[in-house]
Amino acid sequence: MDKRCAAALIMLACCAPAAAASLQTYEIAGDAIVAPLGATQGDPAKGRAIIVDRQKGLCLLCHSGPFPEQRFQGDIAPSLAGAGSRLSEGQLRLRMVDSTRINQDSVMPSYYRIDHLSRVAPAQRDKPILEAQDIENVVAFLLTLRDQNSPQPSPKEAR
Amino acid sequence: MSRVRAVIVLVCASAASLAHAEVALDQRKSGADFMSAATRAMQDDDTANPAMLSTLDGESLWTEKAGDAQKSCGDCHGPAPQSMKGVAARYPAYNVARKAPLDLSGQVNACRTDQQKAEAFKPESAQLLALSAYIGLQSRGMPVSPPDDARLAPSRAQGEALWSQRIGQLNFSCAQCHDDNWGKRLGSALIPQAHPNAYPIYRLDWQGMGSLQRRFRNCMSGVRAQAYPYGAQEFIDLEVFLSHRARGMPVETPGVRP
Ligand code: HEC
Ligand code: HEC
Repeated sequence: MDKRCAAALIMLACCAPAAAASLQTYEIAGDAIVAPLGATQGDPAKGRAIIVDRQKGLCLLCHSGPFPEQRFQGDIAPSLAGAGSRLSEGQLRLRMVDSTRINQDSVMPSYYRIDHLSRVAPAQRDKPILEAQDIENVVAFLLTLRDQNSPQPSPKEAR
Repeated sequence: MSRVRAVIVLVCASAASLAHAEVALDQRKSGADFMSAATRAMQDDDTANPAMLSTLDGESLWTEKAGDAQKSCGDCHGPAPQSMKGVAARYPAYNVARKAPLDLSGQVNACRTDQQKAEAFKPESAQLLALSAYIGLQSRGMPVSPPDDARLAPSRAQGEALWSQRIGQLNFSCAQCHDDNWGKRLGSALIPQAHPNAYPIYRLDWQGMGSLQRRFRNCMSGVRAQAYPYGAQEFIDLEVFLSHRARGMPVETPGVRP
């Protein structure tokens, strides 16, 4: 984990105009990325559109959730319903950016990572699955998925 | 010495594979078990199975003289129902002349070039699929029987390593879908266990016949990985590993898939 982080930093530091430099830098604190990746506030409506888009977000390949108009939701992953009650904004952001930082064996793709991947198809090489602003939009939408029965994130988790 | 090295490779590969749960032998299910009743019925009824047309083409190609040698497959092998019985069930096999494992279509093309003195069939060509399906049909119902051949061990170990390697922008390994999540729903598709025992198949989605390698390539582009080219050693290695993983399961060729 630390090695990967260091490698990313080295890449960012020395190969300035390379594709790696097009990713925003971010800081991981515990299990969260507290600061937003972009300057623009996330737009929940755009986030929802990304989640249901099977070419772009791909989320419903694995997850189900409160998307009654969507047929064929996956059952590889937990339902997204109530995600905003279980996880803080920063926790959701890290989960989206690089879920393998939370669980190394996670099958959830790292949506904002381009290092330590192999045989990426030429069309997608050196590109993250989602752009920084897309991540913010998705996080903003996930925060609206509140579940009355789940406890609110504690201040400690929320950091 | 090289035997020892092969054993070490195998031991390492199985240690690495502990990360994913291998499908237990008695838990194995054919891809056909994940299909709708209608698609299953289509496979089981020779008059409805669209892949049977390809085997008929294969049957006539079997006796067609070709190449500078002007010989047919049948001129060397005799009638396929006898000479090819059980052959597909034990492929890929080690080829002494090439010092490498060959899959069934690779063997067909080796006969084309070396015996018939003809041009090799193109990957995924109707003829190559037809001959493979026809030869495969002669093993239908017989158990997948990978040869107990030490010369295949490095290929099998390499295949297992490829199986467990995360690839593509979506960063998936074959094992994460087919060992760890089979039976679950990936969008609209039920994830099968990825047994190679029905190939070549007629796939409704393709509206045509296709090989195991075409299926591999679909899965690879699904995770946004750069697929290996047809005939790549990596695909042979994967098939050697998968046929070991499917040992004892009945051959279904020619299969139908959704
Ligand atoms: C290929 C499978 C896959 C895809 C695609 C995927 N996820 Fe996940 N996701 C998982 C799995 C599995 C988990 C469970 C935790 C783990 O294993 O990492 C998870 C966990 C989560 C969680 C935490 C849920 C909780 O209650 O703890 C959130 C939020 C989430 N995913 C959001 C998304 C969003 C949004 C997308 C699409 C932009 C997405 N996921 C795409 C597999 C996936
Ligand atoms: C993200 C999930 C996923 C990954 C990763 C994946 N596959 Fe698949 N695979 C599938 C699904 C889903 C199907 C079934 C498609 C259908 O029939 O609609 C399938 C089908 C297959 C089949 C056909 C099985 C049959 O019964 O006909 C084989 C063989 C196979 N995969 C091999 C592989 C190999 C080899 C890899 C890695 C290079 C791989 N798969 C990676 C999801 C995946």
